[in-house]
Amino acid sequence: MKARSNSRLIDSVAQIGACGLFLLQIVGAIPKSLRHFRETLRQIWFVGAMSLVIIMTCGLFVGMVLGLQLYYVLSIFGGTAALGTVVSLSLYRELGPVVTALLFAGRAGTSVTAEIGLMRATDQLSAMEMMAVDPLAYVAAPRFLAGIVAMPLLACVFNALGIFGAHLVGVSWLGLDNGTFWSNMTNSVDVWKDVVNGLWKSAAFGGVIALIAVFQGYTTPPTSEGVAYATTRTVVFSSIVVLALDFVMTAFLM
Amino acid sequence: MSHGTPYPEDSDVLVRIRGLRTRLGGKTIFDGIDLDIPRGRITAIMGPSGTGKTTLLRHITGQTQPDAGSIRVDGREVVGMRRGELFDLRERIGYLFQNSALLTDYSVYENVAFPLRQHLRLPEAIVRNLVLTKLQAVGLRGAAELMPDELSGGMMRRVALARAIVRDPDLILYDEPFVGLDPIALNQVLKLIRTLNDTLGVTSVLVAHEFAAVSRVADVVHLIAGGKRVASGAPAELARGDSPWTRQFFGGAADGPVPFQYPARDYALDLGFPTETAK
Repeated sequence: MKARSNSRLIDSVAQIGACGLFLLQIVGAIPKSLRHFRETLRQIWFVGAMSLVIIMTCGLFVGMVLGLQLYYVLSIFGGTAALGTVVSLSLYRELGPVVTALLFAGRAGTSVTAEIGLMRATDQLSAMEMMAVDPLAYVAAPRFLAGIVAMPLLACVFNALGIFGAHLVGVSWLGLDNGTFWSNMTNSVDVWKDVVNGLWKSAAFGGVIALIAVFQGYTTPPTSEGVAYATTRTVVFSSIVVLALDFVMTAFLM
Repeated sequence: MSHGTPYPEDSDVLVRIRGLRTRLGGKTIFDGIDLDIPRGRITAIMGPSGTGKTTLLRHITGQTQPDAGSIRVDGREVVGMRRGELFDLRERIGYLFQNSALLTDYSVYENVAFPLRQHLRLPEAIVRNLVLTKLQAVGLRGAAELMPDELSGGMMRRVALARAIVRDPDLILYDEPFVGLDPIALNQVLKLIRTLNDTLGVTSVLVAHEFAAVSRVADVVHLIAGGKRVASGAPAELARGDSPWTRQFFGGAADGPVPFQYPARDYALDLGFPTETAK
């Protein structure tokens, strides 16, 4: 029993090491991948634009729930005027990057893993290698770059829809003054400390999720079960790493 | 060396394999194989299923490395070759995969154009002419705009063939090129392989099981079994050959030096019948 748990631990550490080496290989392949810039653009469209609907819908509802809950809590202390401030700060600093990242892992990460896993299973990656085209530069690096570029943009959209949702609930529904909502928000949100720090986080989360998704797809056994497990692992590992990295980055960026 | 060296001059030999040893998953695939692929000729590699024919092609192109031995392609050692050098070498090699390995997100046209677009900066008009010429040669010019999932297995194979030859390589490796082809397509593909060889002097290596088709096109046939090269020669010579290997392989007998059955436990024991030893 102990031997089995030891070997699982060794396997996990080996996976992390292999993922780290894979990151170095991808970074090394980035200059070559810029020759396939259209492929990178196609991937940004695929993981970014195609995720818009889910991000917008979830952003709207998260904002509406936030507006409702915070209005209730703030009304106890007679501080409902601070609704815009509290909603926007929690979205910019934490909820925007983290919830977008979790949704991104579920929507884009899984499809990247399954796509690359199937390419591996059907020899498409080997065929590229045989045509002297490096799959790291043509397949892996564009998806990695697309994750880094698309995630901050999606987080911006999520934040905007979240604030819109909170405004809908707080101002249009519960009758908070429109001017108070916006002016308190603009007075207390700092562009660099709050908005840009949130975007840094988003870019880091995007990179981590794309790395995990590409790595899982690239190293999956070429079987249907292998692809299924790899897809699951992408969501599980991405979620854990995003939440852990969020704590570390928050501690450093505070 | 029991089979001697049929092509002693390196200039006549494009691929020279010596002392190749490979073990995969605990099974010996090659046990010191020596084999030459003559330049500008069509060589067929034949042998029973699971004997390592595809593995041999993968070794020649450096996709997998053997445990020991030497593979020289045009005088350059492939075993242990760096990735960059391998990619340089592969630019001169066309490879037809057993399962076609078409890029499923791209149309037939874009699949064939892929190697051209990746390596050469050609005007679109020239790319179009090259792609359509190759598609015409495999009879699929009209299918240029279809996606791979709209094609039958035989059509996919022909597209993959067009892609393998689109850059007019020096060496073309065909892994099971005849599977899934109807008699008309088979005839045309055989003619195409012969024409490429006759007009451009391309060296071709065929891995195939269909001796009737192979004998129509191949100049040399190597028969491998049990990790060794067991016979070599022109197709007609091999068909007449009286070694137990050739007799069994070309005669199709279940009994002979190549066992039909994968190694297994006693049949009666597996079915649960009492046997002498069980009593």
